[in-house]
Amino acid sequence: MDAPDPKHTPPISATGILTQFGPNIIHENLDFEINRGEVVGLVGGSGSGKTVLMNTLLGLKEPEAGELRYFGKRRADLNADEEMSLKNDMGVLFQGGALFSSLTVRQNIMVPLIEHHDMSQDLMRELADMKIHMVGLPPESAILYPADLSGGMKKRAGLARSLALDPQILFLDEPTAGLDPIGAHAFDTLILKLREAMDLTVLMVTHDLDSLYAICDRVAVLVDKHIAVYDSLDVVAKYDHPWVQEYFGGPRSRAAMATPGHKKSMKGAASMRAAAGL
Amino acid sequence: MLSTPAIYDVSLQGTRLIVKAHGHWTVETAASVFERLDADYDALNYESVEYHLQGVEALDTAGAYILTKAVRVADVCKSWELIGGTPSQQTLLSVAADCQMGDPPRSKHQWIETLDRLGRATVRFADETFATLSFIGQFFVMFFGVLIRPKRMRLKSIIALMEEVGLDAAPIVAVLAFAIGAVIAYMGANLLGALGFSVFMVDLVGISMLRELAGVITAILIAGRSASAFTAQIGAMKMRQEIDAMTVMGLDTFETLVIPRAIACLLTLPILTFLAMISGILGGLIVAWVTETQISPFLFLSRLQEMVDIKHFWVGMVKAPFFAIVIAIIGCRQGLAVSGSVDSLGSRVTTAVVQAIFAVILIDALFAILFYQLGV
Repeated sequence: MDAPDPKHTPPISATGILTQFGPNIIHENLDFEINRGEVVGLVGGSGSGKTVLMNTLLGLKEPEAGELRYFGKRRADLNADEEMSLKNDMGVLFQGGALFSSLTVRQNIMVPLIEHHDMSQDLMRELADMKIHMVGLPPESAILYPADLSGGMKKRAGLARSLALDPQILFLDEPTAGLDPIGAHAFDTLILKLREAMDLTVLMVTHDLDSLYAICDRVAVLVDKHIAVYDSLDVVAKYDHPWVQEYFGGPRSRAAMATPGHKKSMKGAASMRAAAGL
Repeated sequence: MLSTPAIYDVSLQGTRLIVKAHGHWTVETAASVFERLDADYDALNYESVEYHLQGVEALDTAGAYILTKAVRVADVCKSWELIGGTPSQQTLLSVAADCQMGDPPRSKHQWIETLDRLGRATVRFADETFATLSFIGQFFVMFFGVLIRPKRMRLKSIIALMEEVGLDAAPIVAVLAFAIGAVIAYMGANLLGALGFSVFMVDLVGISMLRELAGVITAILIAGRSASAFTAQIGAMKMRQEIDAMTVMGLDTFETLVIPRAIACLLTLPILTFLAMISGILGGLIVAWVTETQISPFLFLSRLQEMVDIKHFWVGMVKAPFFAIVIAIIGCRQGLAVSGSVDSLGSRVTTAVVQAIFAVILIDALFAILFYQLGV
């Protein structure tokens, strides 16, 4: 198989995806591609199939038609070993965190390590603690159970678990939903920091306009069963489609855009913390 | 992918530790040098560390973590420095260097743990008993309240629940009772046939099915089937805050969830018990007919009528409503006791089934004593 330079093949590319539930067509002729090192935001109205698209890209749902390529290779051509290593290259943060409720935070993070790597318990525990540290949770939280965590902490713990195997691609399903603005901004900053440290490619399904403005390199809009526009936020916001105009032209969007120095700045976070008296 | 192993080289310049890393420092390769590197770090006396990353081809969090072990011994290492490496490798290494370890897992001393669990179980038993008793009290207050004002009875949900508890369970109850009736008849045919009294198997089947088995088997089956279903349904509603929503809307959870279930059980369990009696006797009848005892159905039925008093039927039937109420109360109470986690739902369902079956057998035993004393 011809293997072009892995630095330039897109980690994920989907062409002509058709997704259907019975007579209900969700995606039709959908093309989507993520470049290496990008943070891509996926937006769309409720019920437009954002989560379904994410599940399709994750391999949780087989599309009815179309082709999925990962690092240049077609999913259908992968053998069992390659499929497993692909799965290890993808980390997911589900909406509610999806932590195993009978395990402590540390044990949750150790699950993928135990399954896929052969190393001593001590090292595994220490690596789990390092992930806990990396997502900004206090060290004491290692022995807590998910039921003892707040919403924001659950998301961070879920993120730590999704990073356990050092994935190349990170999927985030509504990462900032249900967080207060300070927590949400801190989470955004965290994603940027982790991308830098771990060389991540990030796909983020989100409704949070602040997040879109703060950290996304490109934004894909899922309307009318396909990706209607996929570009930097400034271009997307000007795109001529009623839904897009309503979404980005609404008062919330304008407020988010007005945040001083919104694009990729830590200043935003600092000013917000200052405003909150921290 | 072929990867070169993790290679390192440590040397000491005065109090400065020089660590030169080469190759792949990833989770697959670095774990193998973890202990060796750790021992090397321990053996040397240093106050500051210098990392040379020029030779590193790949670095992930595990690799960075293992490399920076030297820095994290805080009372030893005062400063550290990085030479070479890509910006992302440098970020990763500095993140790894200042990472703090969490608390160790809670220690487990076997016997302390055992005592701890014993103590907790005792307290829980007391709490559970108290909560069940207060639940029963609350239940009867509400139950008679609803009986006085039948308008508050929720007919629709009662009928839907009767289908679920009664009609859907009818086939399994009938088959099970049939099988048990047949088994008893076989035993009778064997034991009594050897003495030449094989016709007494009619009495055996009739009395045992009517008096004890039909009622108990049905109740145990419904305890396993419906008590668990009640707990799971109400527990899932509790977990999704539906119960809270109802309370806020001013709907009484007892009136909407518990009472309809109790009434559905109360109405269906006697019917199911009756079905089990018929089915069990039918099983006995067929076995008596087809085996070498060759008691014809006509003879079987006429002897049944002659020898088995109607009081046995009433003894069996009168217990059914008690079983019904107890099963419904236990199922609902465990459902409402579910807290937020998935674990608690699972353990509550188990508790509900165990308690319900236990209660059914206990009540049956109490009735046996009562009827014996009364001479019934």
